[in-house]
Amino acid sequence: MLAFKLAFRNLLGAGLRTWLNVTVLSIAFVVIVFYSGMLDGWNRQALTDTKNWEVGFGQLWHPNYDPFDPFCLQDAHAPITGKTKALAELGQITPILITQATIYPQGRMQNIFLKGIDPNQKIIQLPTSELNNKTDEVPAIIGKRMAEEAKIKQGDRLLVRWRDKNGTFDTREVKIVSVFNCNVQSVDNKQIWIPLKTLQQITGLENEATLFIAGSAFKNQTLTPWQFKELKYLLREIDEIIQTKKVGAGVIYGLLLSIALLAIFDTQVLSVFRRQKEIGTYIALGMTRAQVVAIFTIEGSAHSLLAILLGTLWGSPLLWHLQNSGIPMPKSVDSMGVSISENIFPVYSMGLILSTVLLVIISATIVSYFPTRKITKLRPTDALKGKIQ
Amino acid sequence: MKYLFIFLLVIQVFGKEYPDGDLIIRKVDQNMSSKNRIFESSMTIHGKRNSRTMLSRTMSEGNKKSFTEYLSPASEKGTKMLKLQGQLWIYSPSTDRIIQISGNMLRQSVMGSDLSYEDMMDDRKLMDIYTVKVTGDETLGDRTAYIVELTAKVENVAYFKQRMWIDRERFVPVKEELYAKSGQLLKRVDFKDVQKIQGRWFPMTIVYKDVLKDGNGTEFNMTSVKFDQQIADYIFTKGSLKQ
Repeated sequence: MLAFKLAFRNLLGAGLRTWLNVTVLSIAFVVIVFYSGMLDGWNRQALTDTKNWEVGFGQLWHPNYDPFDPFCLQDAHAPITGKTKALAELGQITPILITQATIYPQGRMQNIFLKGIDPNQKIIQLPTSELNNKTDEVPAIIGKRMAEEAKIKQGDRLLVRWRDKNGTFDTREVKIVSVFNCNVQSVDNKQIWIPLKTLQQITGLENEATLFIAGSAFKNQTLTPWQFKELKYLLREIDEIIQTKKVGAGVIYGLLLSIALLAIFDTQVLSVFRRQKEIGTYIALGMTRAQVVAIFTIEGSAHSLLAILLGTLWGSPLLWHLQNSGIPMPKSVDSMGVSISENIFPVYSMGLILSTVLLVIISATIVSYFPTRKITKLRPTDALKGKIQ
Repeated sequence: MKYLFIFLLVIQVFGKEYPDGDLIIRKVDQNMSSKNRIFESSMTIHGKRNSRTMLSRTMSEGNKKSFTEYLSPASEKGTKMLKLQGQLWIYSPSTDRIIQISGNMLRQSVMGSDLSYEDMMDDRKLMDIYTVKVTGDETLGDRTAYIVELTAKVENVAYFKQRMWIDRERFVPVKEELYAKSGQLLKRVDFKDVQKIQGRWFPMTIVYKDVLKDGNGTEFNMTSVKFDQQIADYIFTKGSLKQ
């Protein structure tokens, strides 16, 4: 207790020097909490959006289906029969049929995916009910990215060309009945959604599907030839991206902490050098060298406690504000191929705050301890005389 | 007199008799096909903003075997294509690899042109896959042509319907239109500069145009054509691609 009292008295006595160190360390503390919270918020938002808009509670893929190989689509479809048909009728899974197609907006040839979905499905958040609109043309919905890229808007008509199951070219005019806004690019970029029945009919793939999206009521079971892909597998890319980002963030944390800790280290070296008389007095009064080292180490690490207090004082309102208003993301980030919303809302978990507090305290204690080891080598008599050793 | 005029008009409109469509197509085949041919050509792809030209030399035997070597530009020089009994291989000198183009890859554009590999590959006889019907005649420029309509009679054809304008005297195509199942016109092919070579009428310029996209299409210009030449058998083997 004496050590703590002495440490804080000395620290406060040092005045501006202490507050400079504490301020720098508090900035590092707040930045670490903020950046980690932002990554966690992004992660949570990306996972939730991808689940809600694209993958549901898992997917059943045709064995030939590979989302990264558009050429596989010709052979990646099978009839919806037996159990899958029953599950689809119960609304536990919803079938999706995918085919390659070409559009010609403003005379530019653009390859897209034509996707068929049940307009009455409730598993993902795509506004598929809009596909129930009665139009002379095929009703279609597209995402805002697709709309921007192809320069098309709601109400526009678009000629779509595709090949049927025999490879014969066919065309149809589709009407864009809705442009939806969603953060998940993989349901938006280069794709047009039309009613499943229409796509099945125009491609000659009656009652066939490429994959199924599972809802919350679906229980994994054997559904030959379909292969179940669980949520963890479907979301692995987002996890991998976030992990990579966290590694990158770790470097930034390291640099920030290093700057703050270097200042504490310098202060400690200076303290041990300038306060040799004080050290000699402590030893002369009966303190062991270890006790003196402890006093100086606590004094150094007390910077971190003050920094956490100061950081909490100025950081809390700031972080709270960012948590509520979100952090606006630049438009260019949208083209990175990752689910990212216009605003990221950071998430500060208790685990994150505690681990950051521990990181700051432990690292500050370590850098405070190293310079004080010199105390163990001091001769008390010389120290009392103030001889520089 | 009035009735005679109407009668003559009806005869003029409805009484025209055209030769059998199959016969016309057969005559076109006889004119255009040969045991083999060697030709040098330039392929100019007219894009929206610019055009690029590639020179090539092709040797073909019937419509099942063909070997093409690109001569220019430098980026394409040495690229070779071998079509053999419904299969297609491409050799690229930059990678020193032979790649077989198959499946969906055949549906891709040839070097960014308005032609797909599949367009080049379909070597079935028109009469085997289409029902041929002569629907009329039309004067195009200074030539009169039969209008021949081809409708698919098998399922696995790229174009459900084709319309061809065949020169009545020379039996060479003058124009061709390719349609989707829906009736939408997809591509137009113009055959120009018809010359008599070794007793055959042959179009020296062919312009392919994807009508749905902007640009002026892809133009083939034959700089030299020779029929019934001596072509060594090894040319139509995979081994010749790396030579």
